[in-house]
Amino acid sequence: MAGRIRIRAQKKGDITEVKALMRHPMETGMRKDQAGDPIPAHFITEVSVFHGDQPVMQGHWGAAVSANPFLGVRFAGGKSGDIVRVVWTDNQGGTGEGDTTIR
Amino acid sequence: MKRHHLCVAQFAVWLCSAQLVADEGVFDQYRDLMGDENPAVFIVDEGEELWFMPGGPESTTLEACDLGLGPGITAGAYVRFPRYFADTDAVMDLESRLVYCMTTIQGRDLKTLTAKPYSQRGDFGTEIEALVTWLAAESEGATIAPEQTHAAERAMFNLGEEIFFYRAGPHDFSCATCHEQSGMRIRLQALPDLTSQSGASEAWGSWPAYRISQGLVRTMGWRLRDCFRQQRWPELQMGSEVSVALQTYMAVNAAGGTMAAPGLKR
Repeated sequence: MAGRIRIRAQKKGDITEVKALMRHPMETGMRKDQAGDPIPAHFITEVSVFHGDQPVMQGHWGAAVSANPFLGVRFAGGKSGDIVRVVWTDNQGGTGEGDTTIR
Repeated sequence: MKRHHLCVAQFAVWLCSAQLVADEGVFDQYRDLMGDENPAVFIVDEGEELWFMPGGPESTTLEACDLGLGPGITAGAYVRFPRYFADTDAVMDLESRLVYCMTTIQGRDLKTLTAKPYSQRGDFGTEIEALVTWLAAESEGATIAPEQTHAAERAMFNLGEEIFFYRAGPHDFSCATCHEQSGMRIRLQALPDLTSQSGASEAWGSWPAYRISQGLVRTMGWRLRDCFRQQRWPELQMGSEVSVALQTYMAVNAAGGTMAAPGLKR
């Protein structure tokens, strides 16, 4: 069920505030399960926020980010009704994507 | 620091503890930063999907499951738990009722279901956790009003009260040791007074909850099991008489409060 993103984008004056919550285990690769076997690393490595087709943020993430990460971004120039899209890729090749319109 | 010295001067240790509860304010700031976002929303969706998804050897959904308000009625069902069910002739909590439905309706194996009801390290949530989270969300905003009409339900409350104050284990701990005073804390965690209506409703009304430190939703059954572990008591079995009794005691004390689950905790 990983891959889901919940996004809200709200205009505050000239600034659009984006809040995104992502469903992801963000396993570091350093933990062991109940049986003592290592739990394979599984975390988001790249996350991008798009305003329409225009990238407004690109981030390189690692194992230090929490499970089900919450991302907050502000950018200038958004208009009500514009599409904001959040996309991520993880170290196992998985991807997640979600979009919303600016309120 | 000044305040600390004052406490020492007065030998008023309880006062120091009470004031340190204010440190919870740091966590309130964290909640503010998250806005109204709680990662539990994902688990709520997953629970809803599981309810309507055919499963088990019978390949049926759980829609025929009677949570006390009639088969398939989920809205407002959770706030009436724990309650007596005539078909099992037992007082059940939501977790054991779900297990009952999954075995009788979907034909699933009881042993497999109860072997690992709660997530362990590396897990990303269990079926029981997801279903309980969705069903609690189906009662969000409703008034906590556990059934206490059947004699078995009242007996369960009395048993729960007895266990709550029962001291046992290598540390001679009872639930009351930590949970019968208000304004106290353990490490930096504020402890609710479960003998009072306000404390009990705050606690009962905020579980199941997303635990940020674990990245998982935890249920009240898990919370109690972990309390037993901290007390160095034997492992508490999901849906056991002791677990249901303690939940009944807490829910009845919480009656009149508002169900605010799923909560967000440290």
